[in-house]
Amino acid sequence: MDKLLSEFSLGLFFWQCILFIGLVLLLKKFAWKPILEAINDREEGIKNALASAEEAKKEMQNLTADNANLLKEARAERDAMMKEAREIKEKMVSEAKEEAREEATKMIELAKSSIEQEKHAAIAELKKEVGELSIVIAKAVIKKELSSQGDQAKLVEGMLKDITLN
Amino acid sequence: MKKITFLLFLVSFVSVAQHNEKTDQVKPTEEKSLKVTIKEYISHHLLDSYDFGLYSFKDDQGKTIHRGFPLPVILWDGGLKVFSSSKFHHGETVAEVGGNYYKVDHNKIYKTDAAGTITYDAEHHATNEKPLDFSITKNVMVIFLVGLLMFLMFSRMAKNYKKNALPKGMGRLLEPIILYVRDDIAIPNIGTKHYKKYMSYLLTVFFFVWIINLLGLTPLGVNVTNNIAVTFALALFTFLFTTFTGNKNYWKHIFWMPGVPVPMKIILAPIELLGAVIKPFSLLIRLYANITAGHIVLMSIIGMMFIFNNWLGSSLSFVLAIALSLLELLVAALQAYIFTMLSALYFGSAVEEHDDH
Repeated sequence: MDKLLSEFSLGLFFWQCILFIGLVLLLKKFAWKPILEAINDREEGIKNALASAEEAKKEMQNLTADNANLLKEARAERDAMMKEAREIKEKMVSEAKEEAREEATKMIELAKSSIEQEKHAAIAELKKEVGELSIVIAKAVIKKELSSQGDQAKLVEGMLKDITLN
Repeated sequence: MKKITFLLFLVSFVSVAQHNEKTDQVKPTEEKSLKVTIKEYISHHLLDSYDFGLYSFKDDQGKTIHRGFPLPVILWDGGLKVFSSSKFHHGETVAEVGGNYYKVDHNKIYKTDAAGTITYDAEHHATNEKPLDFSITKNVMVIFLVGLLMFLMFSRMAKNYKKNALPKGMGRLLEPIILYVRDDIAIPNIGTKHYKKYMSYLLTVFFFVWIINLLGLTPLGVNVTNNIAVTFALALFTFLFTTFTGNKNYWKHIFWMPGVPVPMKIILAPIELLGAVIKPFSLLIRLYANITAGHIVLMSIIGMMFIFNNWLGSSLSFVLAIALSLLELLVAALQAYIFTMLSALYFGSAVEEHDDH
């Protein structure tokens, strides 16, 4: 301890203090501060860049997922639309068929009934015609046949026979 | 990093070679005088000096020749006295400045008369008057050179960052070390909230001690950190910085320890107060003792090479000296780390905020 104290040099201590304070202050201003700031800035920059890259990646993933979803949706929609269209088409076709069939049946019915009517009318006309004709014939026959009594009776008889047969 | 380690390794080789030359020139007449010479050389090496001696030897007439250059001596003795240390002729003559006479004795400057008489007391301490000595000694010159080197190195590195976000050249080596000091010394011990105000001090201390320690391993004979004045100054700054940045909590834990009964508080206060002083004191002793011990052991082993004086012992010492030089390289960095680490720990305790008790 005694040796230590006797070795202690005040001059060296004095210069060391001055130098060291000066050195700390100078280095702080011209070296440590700019160096530490630059390193800090760089680290921040790297951290930010990494974070934004990560974010971009996530966004990208989201976008891809969105795209896939959209595509799926669109496809589903298209399928649905096509199905609907097909259904509508089928429905329309079947409806049209039904309608056509109905129409046809109706027309057939109508035709049938009108044919029936026409037939009836024709029959009635024919009957009337035949009546008139028979009257004419009968007139003529009567005119001719009434000249002979016997013949007249024969004729009437014959005619009656026919009529009843008819 | 590898390159630098290799260079330093080479340098320690050169150092060994030079020591070889020096001790050979002494040419001892008997075994004992060689041992004494080595011992004196080691203790002389550990001291500061007023000139920058590179090497010395004895010529054919037995006269000691010194090679090196003188440094300015600055004294305050009733007025500022500045003169070259060459006036002392390596402590062999009396220097006369402005009517006063000065002489170097055991590496200290004393005021004396024209004949250079130095009186000693019973314990062989010089009793002559000592002028206030602010000389630029070898160590002072080295710390200024190191300061200049650090300033140039780091301000250039800082300038580089203005142009480019990535370090260039020297910065590539230094940036990981700076980051290490920040991420593994400052932040874990002080905390993210307060560490910024201590960073300049911690970085400066770390690089200063490290570079000085490394210079101590070169053959220049520089030994700054094994001078108690330097480590004392560094520890004093740590102490002052801790004391003046200590928050309420820090002082409360010293003078009125929370969570213990009152009589205990009274007993603890002086102990804690003493602890606050002893902590930085341990810093200065640790750095001083480690570096001094390293120098003494390394030089002793080098000295053993000449004492053994046979191929087996000398070569073994040589291998041992190389191994120890490598170990000292590690110690140089380790001591810088420990000093910085403990400083950070003390700063951390000064700004710690506990809410738990």
